[in-house]
Amino acid sequence: MAEYLSLFIRSVFIENMALSFFLGMCTLLAISKKIEAAIGLGIAVVAVLAITVPVNNLLYTYLLSEGALSWTGIESMKTVDLSFLGLLSYIGVIAAIVQILEMVLDRYMPALYNTLGVFLPLITVNCAILGASLFMVERDYEFGESVVYGIGAGIGWALAIVALAGIREKLKYSDMPHGLRGLGGAFMIVGLMSLGFMSFGGMNL
Amino acid sequence: MGLRKLLDSIEPHFNKGGKYEKWYALYEAADTIFYSPSSVTKTGSHVRDGIDLKRVMITVWLAAFPAMFYGMYNLGFQANTAMAAMGGGEVAGWHGMLIGMFAGQDAASIWDCFIYGAVFFVPIYMVTFIVGGFWEVLFSIVRGHEINEGFFVTSILFALICPPDLPLWMVALGISFGVVIGKEIFGGTGKNFLNPALTGRAFVFFAYPAAMSGDAVWTAVDGFTGATALSVIASDGMVALQSQMTWMDAFIGRIPGSVGEVSTLAIFLGGALLLFARIASWRVMLGVMLGMFGVSTLFNMIGSDVNPMFAMPWHWHLVVGGFAFGMVFMATDPVSASMTNAGKMWFGALIGVMVVLIRVTNPAFPEGMMLAILFANLFAPLIDHFVVQSNVKRRLARV
Repeated sequence: MAEYLSLFIRSVFIENMALSFFLGMCTLLAISKKIEAAIGLGIAVVAVLAITVPVNNLLYTYLLSEGALSWTGIESMKTVDLSFLGLLSYIGVIAAIVQILEMVLDRYMPALYNTLGVFLPLITVNCAILGASLFMVERDYEFGESVVYGIGAGIGWALAIVALAGIREKLKYSDMPHGLRGLGGAFMIVGLMSLGFMSFGGMNL
Repeated sequence: MGLRKLLDSIEPHFNKGGKYEKWYALYEAADTIFYSPSSVTKTGSHVRDGIDLKRVMITVWLAAFPAMFYGMYNLGFQANTAMAAMGGGEVAGWHGMLIGMFAGQDAASIWDCFIYGAVFFVPIYMVTFIVGGFWEVLFSIVRGHEINEGFFVTSILFALICPPDLPLWMVALGISFGVVIGKEIFGGTGKNFLNPALTGRAFVFFAYPAAMSGDAVWTAVDGFTGATALSVIASDGMVALQSQMTWMDAFIGRIPGSVGEVSTLAIFLGGALLLFARIASWRVMLGVMLGMFGVSTLFNMIGSDVNPMFAMPWHWHLVVGGFAFGMVFMATDPVSASMTNAGKMWFGALIGVMVVLIRVTNPAFPEGMMLAILFANLFAPLIDHFVVQSNVKRRLARV
């Protein structure tokens, strides 16, 4: 239990997807002008990450990694290594799951579906989502860990975009130099934010 | 009133269309240093009060003086004591020359210690003031707003948290980053979301960690390593610390550390002035205290066999390191803190929680106050947002 908690804290704060790996920048910068929208997108990212990382974990352990196909019982399959198909399969899984999630939400939770609106399809191409799956493979997480990691990474990313939206809403009335209004300034804000998040670097939990 | 006449007579040159139109910001700054501006609010409802941004900032500046003067004395005291323990020795370079001109090196003499500290601290403050002031003036002139007294506060706070023998070019670099990236690119005083002094210090801290942290930098004597209270606890535990200093020593400030942070007593004197003048928010301070108290007590109860920081009680957290200085002067910065009353408490509590968390669980940074405040600054607007939303919801329910 303690190790799951430690992994969770690490993935939310210390290895924050947005502020220490700078993943998912395009959506982070584009959808952070209003706090409400940022919260919606943040929730969507948490939901998608919490599903895709464990699914990709299963995919990797039972299909792609070396010797993963030995459960079939076929002798020649036991040495097959399909991990070169990883990138392709993960992104396919992510796209498929986002589509299914969209349809399910549309059918059963129309209120939430309307709040999320265009953000759900946008998430398909968010590199934080793919990044989490790749990190999961690289760090050899088992299934339980991948569930915790998916949720943690999503919450960390959501936290970053909501805080960024808060700051940008506050700065809406400030007199920034013209060249820095909009994206230029947002880049600098994100840089300064990651300075603030460096307090977690090296934390030992 | 010769000065007033002189200022009035040269004013037309600086107004629009005048010869020195570009330098209006400088003229305005000189004018308002000597005289209160005569312009008043003309429309809308407003509170009639003598307090303005200038008075607020100058009060904060003055409130930092007890800590600054005591800190200079203590810097000299620590250095002279250390040097006596090492068997005497000369202070190298121009520092030594200046000290030799005014004073000896007797740890028992208040004058000697004070001069020693001043020789190290004043150049840092001057560089901070000149370099930071240069950026301030440059941005005012180019962007056409007034030079702001807020820089008095930023400069003194930045200088007070630098290690005493930090190379002066790093001081210049740090304050440049703090003023330009931390404040001016967002439109100057009142528009920034991070505390500029802390932004500058964090920049130097991460860029040149060897000059900003560790045991060798806090006493201004070459080759002497005097561990700060926090690093003693982190490596050897509370018992080792208490054999070196009593709680009272740490409270009064007879411990190694940066100029501003050592004396909790002097900081509280300044803090009392700020609270009395209602410039600093007591809600933020209370929040920081409560957050720190809660989490440090929690860590005390959990306990740990390997990490001696777990056993550090809250009253020690209060007096060692930058906690008191950060709580009184940095966390209460009205611009980068939360604006709503309830938000201020939450903002403070977040700082208090984070500072103990960083000190205890992060061996990379024995001192947590700077990073805790920067972290809380990031969430200050968000806290405000949620406080406002909950107010809106409550009122809607009543309608």
